[in-house]
Amino acid sequence: MPLLSVENLHAGYESGGRLLRAVDGVSFAVEPGETVGLVGESGCGKSSLAKVIMRLVSPASGRVVFDGVDVGGLQGAPLKAYRRQAQIVFQDPFASLNPRQSIAEILTAPLAVHGLVPRGERLTAAGDALERVGLPREALTRYPHEFSGGQRQRLGIARALILSPRLVICDEPVSALDLSIQAQILNLLARLKAELGLSYLFISHDLSVVRYFADRVLVMYLGRIVETGSWQSIFARPLHPYTRALIEAVPTPGRRRHAAPLSGDLPSARNVPPGCRFHPRCLLATPLCTQSDPALRPLGAGRAVACHHAPEEALH
Amino acid sequence: MAPLIDVRDLSIAFPRATPVRGLSLTVEAGETVALVGESGSGKSLTALALMRLLPDAARIASGEILFRGRDGGVTDLARLEDRTLRRVRGRDIAMVFQEPMTSLNPVLSVGQQVAEVVRLHEGLSRRAAFARAVELLDLVRIPEPRRRVGDYPHELSGGMRQRVMIAIAVACAPRLLIADEPTTALDVTIQAQVLDLLDALRRDLSMGLLLITHDLGVVAEWADRVAVMYAGRKVEDAPFETLFGAPLHPYTRGLLAASPRLDASQHYSAGALAEIQGSIASAAGEEGCAFAPRCPNARALCRAAVPAVEVVAPGHLVACPVTTATAQREARHALAFG
Repeated sequence: MPLLSVENLHAGYESGGRLLRAVDGVSFAVEPGETVGLVGESGCGKSSLAKVIMRLVSPASGRVVFDGVDVGGLQGAPLKAYRRQAQIVFQDPFASLNPRQSIAEILTAPLAVHGLVPRGERLTAAGDALERVGLPREALTRYPHEFSGGQRQRLGIARALILSPRLVICDEPVSALDLSIQAQILNLLARLKAELGLSYLFISHDLSVVRYFADRVLVMYLGRIVETGSWQSIFARPLHPYTRALIEAVPTPGRRRHAAPLSGDLPSARNVPPGCRFHPRCLLATPLCTQSDPALRPLGAGRAVACHHAPEEALH
Repeated sequence: MAPLIDVRDLSIAFPRATPVRGLSLTVEAGETVALVGESGSGKSLTALALMRLLPDAARIASGEILFRGRDGGVTDLARLEDRTLRRVRGRDIAMVFQEPMTSLNPVLSVGQQVAEVVRLHEGLSRRAAFARAVELLDLVRIPEPRRRVGDYPHELSGGMRQRVMIAIAVACAPRLLIADEPTTALDVTIQAQVLDLLDALRRDLSMGLLLITHDLGVVAEWADRVAVMYAGRKVEDAPFETLFGAPLHPYTRGLLAASPRLDASQHYSAGALAEIQGSIASAAGEEGCAFAPRCPNARALCRAAVPAVEVVAPGHLVACPVTTATAQREARHALAFG
């Protein structure tokens, strides 16, 4: 049984009297111990999807099932129990830590809320959490501003892990960090996953990072998953024209000054094109694509693609 | 011929810190030079100094910024008066900033903002300047420029706003274009379009392009030469092939090893990424190499004095005494034993 299963999820916001369909029919699963990478450009709905899974935003329709339980209708104690098991690490370590709270307060608050550890032992647990992410226990008495960006992201990870969750949603966890710090945090997340048997939903706009860190990849475009597959197959043989363009757009040593693979702008989720939502930017688009919205079609071997012009089955 | 811009031993000081020290850098006409570094390395401050747009508290403490003008004469921008500076800035040297939303005026149409530059520097009439604005929007590949010219910044996407910024910057066909993280705020597919555009303009207008970025992928694909900064000093300077093929400074090597790459076989399940230990040092220290506390090769001599930037091969400069000694020994060995 998957740890998390998302079924035909829709969610949106009211914006200027119109509905912005941020998440527009998304289905996928995260197996225990798996890292699922969710990649897409800004406005594609990847962070909205994270918020719906965390129940920070209510879905319009569809289901989020965690460990066999539909979390959509949970209230009170069962909702709290769900949130203990599913935690999130945010992108900006400067904005996601309360500057007026000491590290001890930040780390013991979740334990107090969930009543997990007896009061007298919470500081010890917080100190353990710090050491697990590579920070000294002495940091407990300090405040967020005393730490660098990389250290703050370690604090964000310590806070997410102090409740011993089973699923951690990492929403762009290294995007705000300098390159030399990014590798430290990725290595830390990989080590913690192995030690604690975590599952990750790893959200990033950076394909190189997703390629390194994901077992399976979801490519999202304008509220939809347009392609999924193992990291090896997605990057070796992308089938959706958007996935191909995304990979092609990443600057890479050895490919000098190549032309941009995609023209045109990302449309807004307020104004989703009819038919295939990618067709205005797609080189392969035919009249069929302007009329008919392609479903995410399984091709076998763990691959699925939402494109009228994709092959009938995955080749291996 | 002298380089287009020749920065010599530039130091930038605030009252209580000197975030850029002894920086030398050249850009030739038609060349793309990348200035690479992490946050706090001093790369953006350097760009602002070249434009003489440093914040009030900062000043150029020492050094020269020698700029070769259209007539071939060389002026030191570091010592230019404000009046003369205004004729150079925006006309001979122009800059594109990272965040197009905050750099454009929200209450003026993009056409007005482009036209303002050509009216100011080329003395065109209102009507002629407006026609020129349409041409410039077309030059930066904005679709339907005649319709877009009346749009306000909030009506445009991030990519389109950055194109408007570029149109303003290249309006007077500058000799040097400084682009400070021009694509960092943009999505990867849009980033490719904007870099492609900057490169085409560099070629068509024979501009020198100084590209300031933290993204090694961008550097590898678009730069001819690369200068790497760490904590306010240049640590390595090389043609792009050398920098990516045979980097010498331990910081450069560490950065390259730490970046996950699309074309590599690395995966977390097969092993950890190489790390640079510790946190980034901010302003340069008085004593020793600023990278020494994080460096796997650090010796006593690294902490004794700030390493000089030395030539190890034609066009390849490194500020690391340990590396330089090894490189020179190997070169002697190769000479002696073929």
